[in-house]
Amino acid sequence: MTTGVQGPAVRVQSLEKSYRELHVLRGVDFDIARGAIFALLGSNGAGKTTIVNILSTLLRADAGMVSVNGFDVATQAAEVRASISLAGQFAAVDEILSGRENLVLVARLRHLKDPGKIADGLLERFALAAAARRRVSTYSGGMRRRLDIAMSLIGNPPVILLDEPTSGLDPEGRLEVWQAVRELAGQGRTVLLTTQALDEAEQLADRIAILHEGRITVNGTLAELRALLPPAKVEYVEKQPSLEDVFLAIVRGGSPGGSDGADTAAGTGR
Amino acid sequence: MTTRFVGDTVVLTGRSLRHITRSPDTIITTTLMPIAFMLLFVYVFGGAIQHGSGTYVDYLLPGILLITIASGISYTAFRLFLDMQGGIFERFQSLPIARPAVLWAHVLTSLVANLVSLAVVVLVALLIGFRSPAGVLAWLAVAAILVLCTLALTWLAVIPGLTAKSADGASAFAYPLIFLPFVSSAFVPTATMPGPVRAFAENQPVTSIVNAIRDLLTRQPVGSDTWIALAWCVGLLVVAYALAMRTYRRKFS
Repeated sequence: MTTGVQGPAVRVQSLEKSYRELHVLRGVDFDIARGAIFALLGSNGAGKTTIVNILSTLLRADAGMVSVNGFDVATQAAEVRASISLAGQFAAVDEILSGRENLVLVARLRHLKDPGKIADGLLERFALAAAARRRVSTYSGGMRRRLDIAMSLIGNPPVILLDEPTSGLDPEGRLEVWQAVRELAGQGRTVLLTTQALDEAEQLADRIAILHEGRITVNGTLAELRALLPPAKVEYVEKQPSLEDVFLAIVRGGSPGGSDGADTAAGTGR
Repeated sequence: MTTRFVGDTVVLTGRSLRHITRSPDTIITTTLMPIAFMLLFVYVFGGAIQHGSGTYVDYLLPGILLITIASGISYTAFRLFLDMQGGIFERFQSLPIARPAVLWAHVLTSLVANLVSLAVVVLVALLIGFRSPAGVLAWLAVAAILVLCTLALTWLAVIPGLTAKSADGASAFAYPLIFLPFVSSAFVPTATMPGPVRAFAENQPVTSIVNAIRDLLTRQPVGSDTWIALAWCVGLLVVAYALAMRTYRRKFS
């Protein structure tokens, strides 16, 4: 809808933000190329969410230049909001509405035609069709996250901001979210994701940046980041299945497509 | 932009109204306390209160209606707080919508919920003997005063809804509002109160609003109280709206 603007999908230059005396961002610079998955790593309180909130026009920067899809977040906030979609740190879904109603709500707020059809398509795609008419309060954590991400895809915004999309999810839920993120990038969307899980960045991201003490200290591909350390030594270790391998083997019980059923069943118990 | 504002407000109001229809217990809870007060005063204290002519329930109802609104808007603050807490408020704010629609939806929902609660309380009052000779126009005037009151107090409730750190904090601001009618002409005439208390009671908004509604319901000629009441309601509405919008802009801009 608002594509076609030249330049990187996201450009952040000399971004600064303080909360009273706390100087959270002290000059952050990074670009995200169109169609890339960009992972922003950092420990708790490093300022990842602050950056996401500034990119999504929820928070005003103290200094610096930030543009999304070619639009300045300070002066063209409405255009920025039409270009982005935000999935915050906690699945921001309406618990009292059903999954389908949540999707229809966002589709209507994005002023799209035929919200019901859009909702049904996404429910199918995110394996939520069976639970479509149940209240979200009965959903499991993984289902909520899937709904959350489905909501952020409505309207096909070119830039998607995911703030810790897998925090608090079980390994299966994590894999489902990862799959969804890969699909998004496959469709040419730009994804910024923040995470504390290093393996998540390793699995998904084209580029990884580390936010530390208010600045981006490292920014590069995984290979470039690895090259920062001394070259790998060859060691021989016995390959044991990891606990995650064991867990997933047991939970999935041999039927690879069985994960949705398990999720739905788990959901009713909560 | 205005059509978008109206459209977005309608969509979001539909959403929060659905919250109320799916948990109608919030309406029951908000009407429970005013109804309990009404029964207590009519059947326990009322016999001993010198309130002038007419039945005590006729005298009491206007004050009870104000308590109903005060108790109802604490739920508005609570619902807004939950939206802030759950992150859905931020999701709405990051969408390409007319932003103030998010607040207006809560305000309109509050208005609808409070009107339902008020109707329930009036119904209970009718059951226990409340009667009014007022005509349609007078009732419409009463409704208008109550709508103004609800809007003013709802915008006031938006402030704790946006800023509270806990659910209790969000609704606690309503307690003083619930008790304000006790130091007014709502339950007893102000004439017997000692000097300073009487001065406070006679010059605080509840007294003029209660007197205005009482005059309308008992078919008394409209006195200066009505204009003072309207001035209080409109003044409070303007101030509360301005403060709520300022709080909102400080949080999101």
